[in-house]
Amino acid sequence: MFNRLGLAAALAIAVPAVVSARAQKPTDPQIAHIAYTAGAIDVAAGEQALNKSQNPDVRAFAEEMVRDHKAVNDQALALVKKLGVTPQDNPTSQALTRQAEAKRAELARLSGPAFDKAYVANEVAYHKTVNGALAGTLIPDASNAELKSLLQTGLKLFQEHEMHAEHLSGELK
Amino acid sequence: MSARRGFGFARLLIAAGWVTVAAVSSAATAPKVHTVVIADMAFGPAPADVHVGDTVRYVNKDMFRHTATARDGSFDLDMQPKTSAETVVKKAGTINVYCRFHPGMKQALTVK
Ligand SMILES: [Cu+2]
Repeated sequence: MFNRLGLAAALAIAVPAVVSARAQKPTDPQIAHIAYTAGAIDVAAGEQALNKSQNPDVRAFAEEMVRDHKAVNDQALALVKKLGVTPQDNPTSQALTRQAEAKRAELARLSGPAFDKAYVANEVAYHKTVNGALAGTLIPDASNAELKSLLQTGLKLFQEHEMHAEHLSGELK
Repeated sequence: MSARRGFGFARLLIAAGWVTVAAVSSAATAPKVHTVVIADMAFGPAPADVHVGDTVRYVNKDMFRHTATARDGSFDLDMQPKTSAETVVKKAGTINVYCRFHPGMKQALTVK
């Protein structure tokens, strides 16, 4: 519970970094960077789970996270290449990465069912937060239509994963 | 005996000019292939007029792996991105289809 709140709080700081810069709303290269970073974080978390978890349901979920987020990030890379855009690092991406590293270290100390529960609980919270950022900031602020459309697909994906994570979290109790 | 009778009956139909009718009615019951496209994390519209014995082909045009899984257990098609899979529907009724990976993806397939 404390960890979930801690993550939510940290992301609540990270995401408004974009919102508060609304006078100069995030540029497409920044938005692309944030979305890519958010996906890459979830791929890394899934890989960590595949290294640590023995629970078949948790492993199947982690495999899905790795597979789906890799697919959408591959598409994102192809799109930025096509558009001639270089994703630009920014405070939101940096805060997301810092937070993910802290969570990774914390999960690394756990094992067995304790790890499974903490991983899945974090997946619920993480997908919820990224959904909020996509719907509230990143999608509305994206200028390029193709980028916007890819972010919308990303949002549908994150929403599905959130439901899946919630369902799994209920089963682990 | 029955073969001869059948032959005789067909001749009778031809003679009566009903052979066209017979051909049409057999075409109407011949199995058909219906296609459902999966794209952007969703099933496309369910095909209308699916009958028992028809084939339903799911075409996954998405960048993600999806399944088309019947809740009643009658089929479970697992599709990598840009692949397709098909099933022959065996009984009438409404089959609730979903994706095992993304359970919010749903479709009600009505078989007549
Ligand atoms: Cu799916």
